[in-house]
Amino acid sequence: MSAISMRTKRIVKNRAFLALCLFSTSATILILALLIVTIMVQGSNFLFSSEALSAVFGHGELSQIPKIIRWDFLTNFASRFPEKAGIYAAVIGSLWVCAICALLALPLGIGTAIYLEEFAPKNRWTGLIDFNIRNLAGVPSIVYGILGLTAFTRMFGLFGSDKNSALSFGPDNAWWHIQLPFGQGLLAGGLTLMLVVLPIVIISSREALRAVPSSLRQASLAIGATPWQTASKITLPAAIPSILTGAILAMSRAMGEAAPLLVLGIPVFIANTPDNLNDNFTVLPFQIFNWAGRPQESFHQLAASAIVVLLVVLICFNGVAVYLRQKLRKPMA
Amino acid sequence: MTEHSSMLNPKSNSVVPKETNTMPETRPTLAQPATSTLPTSSPVSEHVTLRVKDFNAWYGAYQALHNITLNIPSQRVTSLIGPSGCGKSTFLRWINRMNDLVPNARADGVMQLDKDDLLDRNFDVVELRRRVGMVFQKPNPFPKSIYENIAFGPRLHKRFHRSDLDALVEQSLRAAAIWDEVKDRLHNSALGLSGGQQQRLCIARAIAVGPEVLLMDEPCSALDPRSTASVESLIRELRQTFTIVVVTHNMQQAARVSDLTAFFFEGKLIEAGATDGMFTNPKNKQTEDYVTGRFG
Repeated sequence: MSAISMRTKRIVKNRAFLALCLFSTSATILILALLIVTIMVQGSNFLFSSEALSAVFGHGELSQIPKIIRWDFLTNFASRFPEKAGIYAAVIGSLWVCAICALLALPLGIGTAIYLEEFAPKNRWTGLIDFNIRNLAGVPSIVYGILGLTAFTRMFGLFGSDKNSALSFGPDNAWWHIQLPFGQGLLAGGLTLMLVVLPIVIISSREALRAVPSSLRQASLAIGATPWQTASKITLPAAIPSILTGAILAMSRAMGEAAPLLVLGIPVFIANTPDNLNDNFTVLPFQIFNWAGRPQESFHQLAASAIVVLLVVLICFNGVAVYLRQKLRKPMA
Repeated sequence: MTEHSSMLNPKSNSVVPKETNTMPETRPTLAQPATSTLPTSSPVSEHVTLRVKDFNAWYGAYQALHNITLNIPSQRVTSLIGPSGCGKSTFLRWINRMNDLVPNARADGVMQLDKDDLLDRNFDVVELRRRVGMVFQKPNPFPKSIYENIAFGPRLHKRFHRSDLDALVEQSLRAAAIWDEVKDRLHNSALGLSGGQQQRLCIARAIAVGPEVLLMDEPCSALDPRSTASVESLIRELRQTFTIVVVTHNMQQAARVSDLTAFFFEGKLIEAGATDGMFTNPKNKQTEDYVTGRFG
C-alpha cells in the first residue's frame, strides 16, 4: 500500500471515529432532553397555574409572576382527587429521611474510610473488607430493603411485631419518641437508606483521601505528629471538598430511592407530616411510583409533576456538589 | 565486598576514630557519657549524637544495609554519598524511623541517639521525630499559609500564646534564611512560593519544633542551581545549631557543605571520614573511583 493511501485511510478512520463519538453524545443529550420535555409537558397541569398555561399556549394574560407555579401542588397532602393532590408529605418525608440517612451514613462512612485509608495495615484481611465494600456498592437497593425490613422494621421479631411494639422511649408527642421495633417509621427508612449509601460514601471518601499526596502525610509525621493528628489536621482538611462532593452525590442517591422503602412497606397514603422518629412517612420517589401505578391519566400527570420536583431537588444537590468541587478544592502540592 | 567493612576499624577511617574505641558493647554501660574525655579541638572528635554499630536493615527478604558502623558527631554536617540504591536513603530514614511506614521494613544492630536506643520497639517515635527533623527530596509544604506551615509542628507538642507562636515562627523563618522574603505575606499560601523558597520553608518547619538532628534526603535535587546555592549556604549555617545528615547524589555538593562524608556502596559503608580527606586522598579504591566520577 502506498504512503498516500495509507495517509488517506488514517484520515478517514479519524473522521469516522469522530462522527461516531459525536453521534453518541448527541443521541444521549437528545434522549435526555426528550425525557425532560415530555415530563414537563405531562406534568404542566399540576406544576403551573392555569393562567400561566393559557398565557403560554393560548391567549390569556399573566397578571402576576408568583402565580406561574401552582404552589398548592407543593403544599397539599395526597388526595384521591387529582386536582386536590399535592406532594407536601412526600417532600417533608424525603427531607426527614435524607437528614437521618446523612446523620448516620456520613460519620460512619467517612470514619470507615479514614480508618481503612489512614490507619489499617494493608493485609489480606483489609483487602477482603475492601473487596466486599466495593461489591456492596453494586448490590441492588431492593436487597437492602429486605435487610432493612428484617433488621429495622421487624428487628428479627425480638420486640414483638411491628404493629404492636413492645418497647418505647420518650413521650408520644416528643420528636425523639422511639419504639422498638421501628416498624415503617422514619428511623427504619433512614437506616435502610443508610445501608444503601454507606458503601458509596466509604468508596468516595477513600478516593478523596487517597488523592491527598503521601508527601504531606510524611511531612506531618516527620515533625512528630501522631497518625491521628496527621489525619485530622492534614489529610482530612485537604480531602474534605472531595469527601463532601461524594457525600452529596450519595445523598441524592438516597433521595431518589423508592425500592428499599417499598420493601419496608411504608404506607401509600399519608395525610400528615411525621411528628416523631417513629412516625409514618412517604418519600417523593415512592409517591411517584404510587401515582404512576394508578389507571387514571390525571394521576400519571401528577406523577410527572412530582418527577419534575424531584429532578429540581436533585439538580440542586448536584449543583452544590459541583460548586464545592470548584470552589473549595485547592491545590494540594 | 565484605573485606571493606574491615576498613571501618577504629584505626582507619571511621568518622570518630577515638569514639569507636569507647563504644560500649553492652547496654548497661551506655549510661556513661563516653564523650567527656575526648578533646574537642579536632573537628572529628567531638560529642557524638548518633552512634550506629553493626546495623543491618531489610525490606522483606532483601537486605538493604549490611553491618553499618558509623558515628555521627554533633553540630557537623555529615553527607552520605553513593550511587542510587546503595542504601544511604534507607539509612537516613531509619534515623527518624520513617521506615516504620514501609511494610516489612526491619532492622537490627545498634542505633542510638545520645543514649536512647532508636530501634527499641517501644521507643516513642513521635518524640523521636520531634528530636530528629527531616527535609525531603521534593519540597512538601502543607497546603496552608506560610505561617500555618511553621506553626503546625510546635502546636502539636504544646499550647502557645499567640505572641510566643509569632515569635517562634519568625525565629524559625529567620533561621532558615527565608524571613525577609516572606515576612510580608505570612498568611498567603505556601504553595505560591518558588521551589527553593518552599524547600527553605520546609527546613524552617522542621527546625520550628526544636530538633537536635536534621536529616535531609537529597534536599536540592528538585531545585534549580540558584535555589540549590541558597539551600546549601543555609545548611552550612545551620550546622552551628544542629547535627545535620545530608544524603546527596552530588559529589560537589557533598564537598561544599559537609564536614564528614560517608560513602555507601551496595548496602555497605565503604569509607567514612573528614570530607577533605575523602575527596583528595580516599583510602579505598572504590571510593576513589566514585568520587572521581569513574562510576555511579
